[in-house]
Formats: sequence, structure tokens, C-alpha cells
Amino acid sequence: MTDTPVLSVRNLVVEIPTRHGVLRPVDNVSYDIQAGEILGVVGESGAGKSMTGNAVVGLLDSPARITSGEVLLSGQPIQNLRGEALRRLRGKKMGMIFQDPLTSLNPLLTIGDQLTETIQEHLKVGQTEAQERAIAALEEVGIPAARSRIDSYPHEFSGGMRQRVVIALALCAEPDLVIADEPTTALDVSVQAQIVALLKRLCRDRGVAVMLVTHDMGVIAEAADRVAVMYAGRLAELGPVREVITAAHHPYTAGLMASTPLASQGKERLRQIPGAMPRLGNLPDGCAFHPRCDYAQDSCRANPGPTLDTCDGRAACWFPLNIKEKSEVGA
Amino acid sequence: MSAIIRIEHLTRVFDVSKPWLNRVIERLPKALLTAVSDVSFEIEENSVYALVGESGSGKSTIGKIVVGLVPPSDGHVKIEGVDLATETDRDKVEAVRADIQMIFQDPYASLNPRWRVREVINEPVSAKGGDVTGLAEKLLEQVGLSAKDAAKYPHEFSGGQRQRICIARALASGPKIIVCDEPTSALDVSVQAQVLNLMSDLRKELGLTYLFISHDLTVVQHMADKIGVLYLGRLVEEAPRDRLFDAPKHPYTQMLFAAAPRMDGFGREVEPPKGEIPDAINPPTGCAFHPRCPIAVDRCSKERPEMRKIGDTRVACHLAE
Amino acid sequence: MADIQQDIRPSRLHRAWNSDLGWSFRHAPVAVASTFVVLLLIIGAVLAPFIAPHSPFDPGSLNLMNGFTPPGQANQFTGDYFLLGTDDQGRDVFSTILYGMRISLFVGFAAVLLAMVLGVTLGLLAGYLGGWTETIIMRVADVQLTFPAILVAMLIFGIAKGITPPEYRNEMAIWVLILAIGLSDWVQFARVVRGATLVEKNREYVQAAKLIGRSPFAIMLRHILPNVLNPVLVIATISLALAIIAEATLSFLGVGAPPTKPSLGTLIRIGQEFMFSGEWWILFFPAATLLALALSINLLGDWLRDALNPRLR
Repeated sequence: MTDTPVLSVRNLVVEIPTRHGVLRPVDNVSYDIQAGEILGVVGESGAGKSMTGNAVVGLLDSPARITSGEVLLSGQPIQNLRGEALRRLRGKKMGMIFQDPLTSLNPLLTIGDQLTETIQEHLKVGQTEAQERAIAALEEVGIPAARSRIDSYPHEFSGGMRQRVVIALALCAEPDLVIADEPTTALDVSVQAQIVALLKRLCRDRGVAVMLVTHDMGVIAEAADRVAVMYAGRLAELGPVREVITAAHHPYTAGLMASTPLASQGKERLRQIPGAMPRLGNLPDGCAFHPRCDYAQDSCRANPGPTLDTCDGRAACWFPLNIKEKSEVGA
Repeated sequence: MSAIIRIEHLTRVFDVSKPWLNRVIERLPKALLTAVSDVSFEIEENSVYALVGESGSGKSTIGKIVVGLVPPSDGHVKIEGVDLATETDRDKVEAVRADIQMIFQDPYASLNPRWRVREVINEPVSAKGGDVTGLAEKLLEQVGLSAKDAAKYPHEFSGGQRQRICIARALASGPKIIVCDEPTSALDVSVQAQVLNLMSDLRKELGLTYLFISHDLTVVQHMADKIGVLYLGRLVEEAPRDRLFDAPKHPYTQMLFAAAPRMDGFGREVEPPKGEIPDAINPPTGCAFHPRCPIAVDRCSKERPEMRKIGDTRVACHLAE
Repeated sequence: MADIQQDIRPSRLHRAWNSDLGWSFRHAPVAVASTFVVLLLIIGAVLAPFIAPHSPFDPGSLNLMNGFTPPGQANQFTGDYFLLGTDDQGRDVFSTILYGMRISLFVGFAAVLLAMVLGVTLGLLAGYLGGWTETIIMRVADVQLTFPAILVAMLIFGIAKGITPPEYRNEMAIWVLILAIGLSDWVQFARVVRGATLVEKNREYVQAAKLIGRSPFAIMLRHILPNVLNPVLVIATISLALAIIAEATLSFLGVGAPPTKPSLGTLIRIGQEFMFSGEWWILFFPAATLLALALSINLLGDWLRDALNPRLR
């Protein structure tokens, strides 16, 4: 591991101008991902988790745009790159895996063509060499009989196999960073387990930094090293996965974990967080979570709201839970 | 307790062939997809029966057959002793129809975007010429929304609120049974908890029976009294909840449980399951699971296993004990 | 995200103005300009009897001496002044255009209405019922599509003319024209509605309605129809422009509106006889009006299609 993180996001702000005012789907988000590390990004829909990933790879849909902050890839700022430079970087340094594998594969080209094209675009190799690498890449992601299936079209594969092809495509140019946006959401449980295992293995073997965006706490628990919890466009909590899940500091994280049926097994009722996530155009003052928070106090309503920097660096909360000193006082 | 729904040897075959002319020209045989194959089970009154399975397991098809949206190819569904597909007495059919309702997966597609919430909720009653004065308002409050919401349009609500509206509509005709087809899989975790709690509360208050269809084992474990596991249109195992989760008998059930991600599975390294769900048009011979089964023997590829009763569990496996 | 709830509910018009569609309209200068042109022309046509300086249908008011007066100049014999000049009969071109637009717009709107009612009904039936109903309706549509619409219209026109007694022919001409254009244009409505119906009928709200036990007729009318109207509106707008042009074409070919009740197409036909002899205005002004009308309606249709397309929002 080097000292410079593969991906470093600093105070990133994404804004969407609308006719009702400017929305901030990503608000002052900062995190690092080291080589060989999987950072899980969780949150409910509208929390800004996919938007963060899209901002990093420069795939924001207009009119959304980065208005401040930095995205550093191996120390190099990339947030202002456009056009050709960005496109080259995307394949070579960053790979992407999306929820629906069909949208990331060209239905009119064989998977072999798509792989060799990507390889030749980013690595200086000949046709034969590229072909060999494509087969190796397919074998690596666990596609049986890769040599004979390389001339197949995407529709000839099942959903799980297609997602493997997408992963091969994302990794074939040997990128340093992979952004996986809900890679297993469209898949069945048994296939999901295969894909998660594959991602973990590739990350470990190749030392790739992975940003794993998902809403599934179970997948995060099993795959991620650290986890970032997002709420209403802001980071609520960031820390090692075991600590965040078992001893959350932010009341939202605690509520989220407790409301999964897994955590409430054997109980009559599930623990629920009252209300719903506020709309971006209608955020409350101060901490965006305070109207739903059991522990909210007057200072939670005051602006500016808590951020990771202004709090303990782990949770954006003035009154974090599960702190040793505090629990001793309470006991 | 008596069975309110009795499903006997239910089979549903879909014709997924290409159009007639293409078939003649390309010399293709008819393609028949057996979505549900010889499934039998009973649902007791005031209980929650869950069907779990992956895609292609036929769980949604069974749900649609039960409510009468899809006719069965073979076998019977008897609700309170009445078979909707063959019953000729219109009054009986109407009475049973009012007793069974459905909640769908996608809360965005299941409400007509051009209708006000009041009209949506009242429709099951107003279409029959019933009195709907104050009905929508009462139901909205019952599902945790406000009576004022009746005048709004569906697009003004979030996913969780829409699902509450769907529940209110399902309750309008005063049903005894509600078929829930993946009711929370489109919802966020914290909203899912709200909706599941609401469903539990309503069941207790109104004495409802649920047929709960889901792919999510954790949700099923929370909600169900009895669980049926489906694989490729066949019921492979059925057991009371705790029995199933403590001691799964069928190798497929065991595989499914092992593969499900767990909140306490930090850095868990399990051998992921092998293979994928086979094509339902040409399912494997014998036991449909045998190509992926770690303990399969010769017999499994030749003979389809019968449902056997082992203790409280019913299981379709030659080798389970 | 964009639709923030509004608790104050002002008038319907105000709400429409503030809706997403209204917002998109205010920010599309082309749409605003086209609407202005279309409204101006429609108002002109509707108010023709009050605006037009002369009545082109009143033979008593015509003076043959006024023939071929150039626009913006006084007639050399009578000293009468005509804004857009006169034709060979001495009819005021400006007045004939206003009256001609009445015919053109009436035929256009009526024909589109006919095509829409027919196409939407058949499309709904084909999409919802499927099976043989669908096969028959859509095959008829396919066959009709293999002929150019104008040919179909001429065919229908010819047949209709053949079966109407000669003494009613001039009176019936307009209605026959509407029938001909309407029947030649239903196919695209039917196709689009069938496609949208196929999508909608599998959505869960339709399943829910079936479950309640509502009849297919009630489901089609109350549930599906309101949800397939957006594309119908777009097609209706574009069809209106096409119908007006089709009417002009038929009239230009001499099989449409009779010279006693001239539409824009009839005027163009009359005008083209004088194009090479220097009296350009007799052709030019009716043609320009037709162009402005059809273009504005088309641009409006284009904007409407984009504004109603959820993917482009």
C-alpha cells in the first residue's frame, strides 16, 4: 500500500439547478480509498450514493455538476477533466460496474470484440495479445470455457454471467479504481454470493481500490473494509465496517441497522425510523436527520449542521452513540 | 385452525413459442415453459404463509393464480372451499373475490397516476356500487396516512406512502386474505420496516391471512409462520419458520441460506454456490436441482422426488432425512 | 425531487401555468412564437366575417374591374385599395385567405378528430384484447399503410363522390373531404395507442383493477385511456398540420373544396395559373399562410413531444 490513496474525494459538492432552487445531492463529502481496499457506500434512495460515484467518474447527467471540492486519483486532480482526457482515464485508471449489466454491454458486438477493443485502447498490445488477455480476463471472472464463448453476444449469457463479463470489461485494462454501483441488486441470492466473492477476490489479488455502492447492509458487511453511510447527500458516518455495524455512532446508522429484519429476528415488530428522508429541496436546518432522531437536542437544529470534520471524524453528529466515556457516564 | 386456502397439484404452463409463421419457417418446436409444476400446500386461517425462491421459481405465478389473475393449467386452488377457476355460481365467485386481495411489488406502477387517492382506494367498493362515504379517509388513517391525503394524486407520495395506499385499497373490500407479491422489495430498509410493521399490526387487528411472496429470506423469516421454498416451479421444502431456519432439509434450501449475505458476516469467506438456475423451458430431468446438488446420486437425475413428511417438514428430496 | 408540494391551490389556469408543462412552455421561445402564430391565424379565421373587408362569396360585391390589383396599390381603374391585392375575379386576396383558412382549419380539426376517435378506439381494443381482434385491426392498418395517405384519401373521396347525388356534391364536398382525410389518418393513432396499451395493461394498477372484477370495457376506458393520452395529443397536433396540408393537396388537385367555397389549397390552385404572368400575389399569400400555419403547428407538436417525454425532462 502506498501512502497516497488511490481515490481521494475532498469536500465534494454536486449541485443541480432546478426551477425550485439549487439542489445539493452531494454535499461536502470527503473520503479516501486505499489500494486493495473496498469502501462500501450505503444509504437509502435519494441519499446521494450513486451520484457520488457518478461524480467521481465524471458521468453526471446535465444539469448536475461538481461545483466545489476535489477528486484526486492517485494524487492527481481529475474533477475538471473533460472529453478525451476523461474518457481515457475512465477505461485505463477507473473501471465501472453498473446495476444492469445489459446497459453496459453493446448488444451488437461480441464480448470478445468489446474486451479486445477496450484492451487495445488502453494498453499497447497487438490483436493476438489482446485476444489472449481477453480470454484470461474472462477466465479470471469465472466464465467457463472462455475460449469458446468469446465470440458470443451479450444476450446469449445469463444475468450473472453478463455481470461477470462487465466485471471482466471493467478490469481488463488493469485500472487502479473500480466503482461498482449496486452490482448485485438485479441478481438472485445465489448469484449475488458468487459476484460478491469474485469482487473480493479480485480486489485482494490485484490490489484494486473498490468503491461498492449498495443499499444492502448484508453485502456491505461481508465485502467492505470500511463503510460510508450517506444521508440526504451528506456523510453521516465513516468507519471500519465492523465498528459501524455493531457500534454505530450516528443515530441514523444505528436506526438503519436495527430496522433490517436481520437485526430484529425473533421480535414482534421491527425497529423503525419514523418519517422518511427529506426531499433535497426541503432539507431541515442543521443536522438533516434531526426531525427523525430520538436523541435530537436544540443544538442539532442550529446551523451549520455537524460534519465529520467538526465532530469526532467518525460520525457527523453532535451527540454520537456508543462512545466509551459516554456509556460509562450513562451506566 | 382450518385451511382457508387449499392448493392441490397446481400446474401452470405458458406457451412461449415464437409466432406460428416463424415456427413453421424455422422448424422450431413449440416452446412450453412450466412456471409452476405440481405444487400443493395449504394456508391456515389467520396465518402468514411465505413462498420464497429465486427468479423463475414460479412464486409470483402462484400468487397470480391464487387471486385469479392467471388461470391454472391443471390442479385446483380452493379458497374457502370454492374453486374460482371452475365455480359457476356467480354469487359464490363474487363473495370469494371480495375476500381476497393483492398487494403488488412496484408501488409506482400499482396506482393509476391519473386518479386521486380517494378514487383509487374506493374503487373496489364503488365498482360494485357500494357505499364509499368516508371509506378512503378511514382507511388512510388506518394505514398511517392522513385523511387529507385522499384528495392528492399518487405522484405526491413517496414509495413507502404509496405502498400504504396500496394496502388501504386492498383493505377496502374487507378481505380475509391478502396475497403480498414482494411488497417491500422496492422500498428502502427503514421504510420496509414501517410497512412490514403495519402489515403485522393489520393482521392482528383484522384477523387477516397473508400469502407472502418474497425472495428476501430475512423478510420471510421475520414475517412468516410457515414457509414454502420453490425451485424452478416446484415446491422443494415446506416447514414452520423456526424449523426451516434451524434445520433446512433440502440441499437447495441449505445452499440458499448459506449464500444469503449476513449482517454479522464480516469478511466471511464462504464457497459461493455453484452453477445457475437452469432454463425453465428445458428443466433437468428427475429432481430439478440435481445438476447443482452437492449430494446428488444417480436416482436424482431419473426420478422426480415425491413430497415426504419428516417431522413438521415436508421435503421433496430422495436423500433428505 | 423537482415537484415540491404546493399547499396553496390557486385557479386551474394558474396551476397549469406553474406546472412542469407550463414551465417548459415559458422556456421554449419557439413554442411561444408558434402558439402566437397559430392563435393569430385561428382568431383571424374564426372572426373572418368581422375582419375581412370584403365577402368573397357574395358575387354582388365583386367588381371585375378590380381584377389583378397588385398588393398595397390602388386599382388603376376604380381606385379601390386592397392590402394583399386581388385575383382575376377581383376578389380581395386577404379576405379569401381568411375565409379559406376557415375551411382549411375546419376540415383539419374535424378530420383529426375523426382519425383520433377511430384510431384510439381501435388501438385500445387491439392492444387490450389481443388475439384475433388485434390481428385483424393491425393487419388492416398495415395494408392501409402500404398506400400513400393521399392516395387513400383520393380513393375514399372518389367513392364518396360517386355515391352522392350530383345536386348535393358541392355541399357534401367538405364532409367527404373530412371523411377521406380522417379515414386515411387513423392508423398512426391506432399503432401508438396499441403500443402504449400493451405497456399499460401489464402494469400493476391494471392488474389491481382486474382483481377487483372490473369489466374490460371499464378498465380500458377508466384506467388505460387516460394514461395513453399523452402520445395521442402529440400525434394529434402533428396530424393537424398534415391534415391541413392533405386538404390543401386534395383541393389543389381539384378534388377537394369547390371553388365556390375555396380553402387555402383551392386558392393556391387558382393562384398558380397566374404565377408566370406576373400576378405572383395571388399564389404567394395563400401559400405563405399555409406554410406559416402548418409549420407553427408542427413546431408546437415537436415541442409538445419533447415536453411530454419523461426521458428528456
